[in-house]
Amino acid sequence: MTAIPLSWWVSVATALFVIGLYATLTRKNAIAVLIGLELMLNSANINFVAFNRYTTPNQVGGQIFAVFVIAIAAAEAAVALAIIIATYRRSATVDVEDIDSMKF
Amino acid sequence: MNTFMLLLPETLLLVFAFVVFTLDMIWKTREGNQANTLAVITLIGALSAFVATIFVWAQANSGAVQLAVIATDPDGQVPMLAMDSFAMFFKVYATLTVALVGLLATDYVREKIQFPGEFYAMMLLAGLALMLVASSTNLVMIFLAFEFLSITSYLLTGYLRDNAFSIEAALKYFLYGSVASAVMLFGFSLIYGATGTLDLHGIAEALITADPTITHVLTIPALALIIVGLGFKIALVPFHQWSPEAYQGAPTPVTAFLSVGPKASGFALLVRVLIIAFPAFATVANSNWVLLLTGISILTMTFGNVVAMWQKDIKRLFAYSSIAQVGYMLIGVIAIAPQFIGGTPTVTGWAQGLNGLLLFLFGYLFTNLGSFAIILAVENNTGSTDIDAYNGLIKRSPYLASAFVIFLLSLIGIPPTAGFMGKLLVFGAAVEQQMYVLAAIGVFNSVISLYYYFGIARKMFFSPAQEDKPIHVSGSLNTVVAVSLVLVLAIAIFAQPFITWVSGSTQLLASTF
Repeated sequence: MTAIPLSWWVSVATALFVIGLYATLTRKNAIAVLIGLELMLNSANINFVAFNRYTTPNQVGGQIFAVFVIAIAAAEAAVALAIIIATYRRSATVDVEDIDSMKF
Repeated sequence: MNTFMLLLPETLLLVFAFVVFTLDMIWKTREGNQANTLAVITLIGALSAFVATIFVWAQANSGAVQLAVIATDPDGQVPMLAMDSFAMFFKVYATLTVALVGLLATDYVREKIQFPGEFYAMMLLAGLALMLVASSTNLVMIFLAFEFLSITSYLLTGYLRDNAFSIEAALKYFLYGSVASAVMLFGFSLIYGATGTLDLHGIAEALITADPTITHVLTIPALALIIVGLGFKIALVPFHQWSPEAYQGAPTPVTAFLSVGPKASGFALLVRVLIIAFPAFATVANSNWVLLLTGISILTMTFGNVVAMWQKDIKRLFAYSSIAQVGYMLIGVIAIAPQFIGGTPTVTGWAQGLNGLLLFLFGYLFTNLGSFAIILAVENNTGSTDIDAYNGLIKRSPYLASAFVIFLLSLIGIPPTAGFMGKLLVFGAAVEQQMYVLAAIGVFNSVISLYYYFGIARKMFFSPAQEDKPIHVSGSLNTVVAVSLVLVLAIAIFAQPFITWVSGSTQLLASTF
């Protein structure tokens, strides 16, 4: 099999993970943070599927994990959007830096 | 008794959660006594799951049933849940948490919460999640259970939809928590790449035989990422930022739940992952988890205690107090480790730190829920969570004030209270492992904590009350205070049965090596 080497997949996944993490840490808009989060989850999915294919092609553990992660990501997005909508109704903003009313 | 009987506690919680959902759907109207009925059903559900756990455990101890790894496929390839006595301990813990928090919440829910049905059902489901987290032995199951617990916690935190604080707390908890989960997931993917398996035992075996120069490239970052993820759930410094906001903004019964439930399960998972999957990494020079956790523990204790001194809101103060407490508990986890050095760990050798951790957690459950019952009683009467609302509490309710003093003593770790026993075992284990510096810092931190815990006591006894109206304590809150008070004292005064019990809980985990 003259395939793409495993290290390429892992590099892409790592890059995606770092980009996602960067987005979650620097973005002020809650929706943008959520997008960064999805990137992080999907980078792990790439890893799972690639490792599955290259290290244990006869088993499906990694692929199954990826499917579960996709489902969890959907559930998480649903809860996140519900919370963000409630925030917007309350304070008319989704900027996480403006939402800072609790101080000691 | 077949294997599925082992899942009786989980099944009961699930069934009762759906009973609550269904009744809530049928009734539609939100009247006081219907909320109370739902609370009673929740209590019955949690208590029956508690009885079921004890029953299964007793059956196992008498040899009638083998506690085992279950949900194994015919080839024995993918074990998902471990039914060992370590998991049983956390099932007892989870059911008691749900029962006591359900009881705590009764008045609060009736007065302030618009949709009581979902609240109680979510609480039961959170209890189920606690159980699953503590017994998972496969990375897929760990991630699913972990997210189950996280999502129910986010929803409960933001339950007061019209309250700006509650919704802000939920947003922050979600943003921090989900990023931490994603970080942990990436760690899992690296581990999977290094070992080719998702089973914790399989990972340990693969790591022993693997060539370290190759696998370390993946496993050392993976271990760090996993500790970050779990550290968020337990609220270790520097991953604690969500916790003061979430504690302050969440509905008070939910704060009580967050301060005990997810922390205990996080510890269960931390111990299981580190001890089963990464024993080899307790000894790797310069990059072992013992060193990492020692640093985190010192930071966590010190930071929690120092920042707690300036708090004006009691819920926020308890957030920092619980950060400090998990710092102490972490010493128990660290004290497990040096036994790995030089050969196979023995059951008696390393179990001491773990015993301390479990007893500490068990005592902390009652100490904290008792304290939160008092916080709720004061909040229901005065509408305030300021520490100044406790001024002159001794005149308004001598019973609550004196009970609170006992709980505060337990949090500081002064005998005869459960907190003292927990700290004694945990620090003792650290001394036994010759981690004198760590134990000394722990003791020093306990002294610092005197300042703010006694600050509350001083206000209760010596500050003039803002008003003289006596505090009315409802029956349910009274029960929680009484039960907690009895157990906090009993764990210290009749310590031996409890110590025997927790050391029984660590054994099967040890024999799975």
